[in-house]
Amino acid sequence: MPDLISISVNGARIGVTEGVTVAAALALAAQARGSVGATRHSVTGALRAPLCGMGVCQECRVTVDGRAHVLSCQTLCREGMQIEAAQ
Amino acid sequence: MTIDVLIVGAGIIGAACADALSARGLQVLVIEQDTVGSGATAAGMGHLVVMDDNPAELALSSRSLQLWRDFVAAQPQQHEYSRCGTIWVAADDEELAAARAKAGVMSAAGLSCEMLDAAQLAELEPNLRPGLAGGLLVHGDGLVYPPKSARILLERARSRGARLMTGEVRHIADGGVQLADGTRLSADAVVLAAGSRSTALLPELPVVPKKGHVMITDRYPGFVRHQLVELGYIKSAHAASGDSVAFNLQPRPTGQVLIGSSRQFDTTDLAAEPRMMARMLGHACTFTPGLAELNVLRCWTGLRAATPDGLPLIGRSGLRRGLWLATGHEGLGITTSLASAELLAAQMCGEAAAIAPEPYLPNRFTLPELIRA
Amino acid sequence: MKLLYDIIIVGAGPAGLEAARAAAPGGASICIIDDNPLAGGQIWRGGPQQQKDSRARTLWQSLQAARNVTIMSATRVLYSPAPGELLVQRDADAAGTQRGQAGFRAAEVLRYQRLILATGARELLLPFPGWTLPGVTGAGGLQALAKGGYPVAGRRVVVAGSGPLLLAVANTLKARGAHVAAIVEQAPRSALARFAFSLLATPSKLLQALQLARDLRGVPYRHGIWVRAAHGEGRVQRAELSDGSQIECDYLACGFGLLPNTELARSLGCTVVHGAVQVDEWQRTSNPAIYCAGEGSGVGGVDLALAEGRIAGGMAASLPAAGALAARSRWRRFAIRLAETFAPRPELKQLADDDTIVCRCEDVTHGELKAHASWRSAKLHTRCGMGPCQGRICGAATAALYGWQPDAVRTPISPARAGSIIATVTETEETTA
Repeated sequence: MPDLISISVNGARIGVTEGVTVAAALALAAQARGSVGATRHSVTGALRAPLCGMGVCQECRVTVDGRAHVLSCQTLCREGMQIEAAQ
Repeated sequence: MTIDVLIVGAGIIGAACADALSARGLQVLVIEQDTVGSGATAAGMGHLVVMDDNPAELALSSRSLQLWRDFVAAQPQQHEYSRCGTIWVAADDEELAAARAKAGVMSAAGLSCEMLDAAQLAELEPNLRPGLAGGLLVHGDGLVYPPKSARILLERARSRGARLMTGEVRHIADGGVQLADGTRLSADAVVLAAGSRSTALLPELPVVPKKGHVMITDRYPGFVRHQLVELGYIKSAHAASGDSVAFNLQPRPTGQVLIGSSRQFDTTDLAAEPRMMARMLGHACTFTPGLAELNVLRCWTGLRAATPDGLPLIGRSGLRRGLWLATGHEGLGITTSLASAELLAAQMCGEAAAIAPEPYLPNRFTLPELIRA
Repeated sequence: MKLLYDIIIVGAGPAGLEAARAAAPGGASICIIDDNPLAGGQIWRGGPQQQKDSRARTLWQSLQAARNVTIMSATRVLYSPAPGELLVQRDADAAGTQRGQAGFRAAEVLRYQRLILATGARELLLPFPGWTLPGVTGAGGLQALAKGGYPVAGRRVVVAGSGPLLLAVANTLKARGAHVAAIVEQAPRSALARFAFSLLATPSKLLQALQLARDLRGVPYRHGIWVRAAHGEGRVQRAELSDGSQIECDYLACGFGLLPNTELARSLGCTVVHGAVQVDEWQRTSNPAIYCAGEGSGVGGVDLALAEGRIAGGMAASLPAAGALAARSRWRRFAIRLAETFAPRPELKQLADDDTIVCRCEDVTHGELKAHASWRSAKLHTRCGMGPCQGRICGAATAALYGWQPDAVRTPISPARAGSIIATVTETEETTA
């Protein structure tokens, strides 16, 4: 039974279905702004978002609970999780 | 094709020699079997550091740092240069006393440095664990990305007519070399700058390979701000046998942390060894515990060329007619490359040298010493 | 503490799970390691128990019932510290239930008597102008993201590239409410027609294809066409096709088929030929203690993976491999037909212009790379391949664009916490699992 859990994305609290990935949560949070869930800045400063969806490309790296370079496509959201991503 | 000088090896040393010799109007040919700057030049940390374990080392490294600062000034980004400075970290009062002695030597040599107490050290480098005694900050030290610097030196040489050839030297004869494909090349002078591979061509050379591991992390800008080296490093660098690790962290301009260092004798296998990696990281974590949480992306190794007294071989070699040596730089190849090349070029062209050449002359090793080594 | 298992299986996709099921009846202690938070690999992403394919559910049930099978999710192999050993890193974040569990170790050394590699495959992603825009993903990539909850309902998607995977992806997205504006297949009509005819040899695939065709009724299927560029401000907004047409989209899901994941096999010294792990008729690699099954030993889909997994699992447990050999032969022939039909055409290797980024981790462009003669030279002088993907994405791209061979696989084979590497020496006692 999918529950709604509360997480924070760049300081803003949002509710997501338990079991979605952090990458999905970023996309859901971005949807309201009409944008795609960006994850990081490239080394020359461009916004990037997930590419391969399976933990290979490393484009989906974000900071989770203070730990940098976590692969958001392979990480499930948890109650209270704090996510920082590029915007 | 007239060749005045044939240089074997296009690592940082060979490239610097090509640059220095072509600047003096000599026709230079550099022979490289792989890619420019791909041997120990690519494997090392690229640390530009003044080392004062003995006066000769101090003279060579400080002269070379001056040359480096002039060299990178025109295009620092091309070299990925950073003037990050070095902090020699003292874990206890005994090491702090050693740091003070070092400060004295450096200051006497006109190098800008300052002692740090525990509080100052912690403020400059918050990721160092509490309880360290302090350190010595040397302002003029820095870092480069050596393969690029080697390439820039070689390009400068080529702009003066120097040539680069891909080939493997198999044999050094009097007045020339022979390549693997049988080609013979003659030159008035041959400079052997092949690092740890020099002994493949001249087994009599008092050079042994010393394997080192390096690791690099993902980007964590500001984790460390200066190159951090433990004062115990000196014990590791000059050990005559055995495996050792030392604390040595470098902030790359990308924000990645470069982690060294280790030394192993008696192996030329370049495979990364998990036990050495674990030891090196474990030791580093005793200085910067937060390192345990950083992601390591890559590990690689290289072979330093080590001589019995830790000083390079720069000068004429009696082993062949017309043979000169520029090799045996152990862990200071990048730092001392420019002064080594300057010193060699001065000797080859009969000029006054900027520093005294005697400590680095190849003939300082007599036959009994060579046998012992 | 080094946990000793009779059999370790790396990968909890169809091949790995089936291998475990085949090996379990012998009583061997079996551990399945997988880097995703849930088992299932790519094709059964979200968990085998959730899949429409009843084979997945049955397989999962029998594994749950087997007391001698452990599954370690959210766990990556970093390297092999010594023969018969694997250093693994367990991700506390990814498998939330593992955090705070007594005995949870962030990194440990596992030992095995027999190893089965079922590491699957990843997509071939080729650079084209605009491919780094947010919203441009792999084809399988968007399917995986969507299965993880990525919002696709009501969004316009172009599914492009090559292979039957495009149809499966389009179907998944449509089922989740996406508007699939087009499927753009680079293979020419003639190749597709031959392939369609050949499906008669595999009736189950034919049925699957017919079902897909029915489910995707109304979705334009363009063939002999490919994406030339992605355009948009801050995100993809339009896909430009090779015939000059433009399609507006919110997502561009583009992938050119699958490449076996061979890094672990290579780091263990197993022979790899033409990009796939070499195996004998018993799924044994060049190392007699190590087997390989599934996409890793050659891309061929779920049916082949199951057949190979059954053989490998049986062999590793010294049990008879009942009935799988014929199935494997049939699916191997299917795999060959797949590869022939959907091979990427030469034009796909010429899409990048000088400004197009090829190494995405380090932002190295085609213009900077094309001057180099080898992977090694490029890496040294441009940083291509030095980033966290460890040359996986750019290695495949540069092999296609410039014909470079990558260098030997390096240690660690995945970004590793420094603390995990340190565990190589702190783990000294052995324990039998």
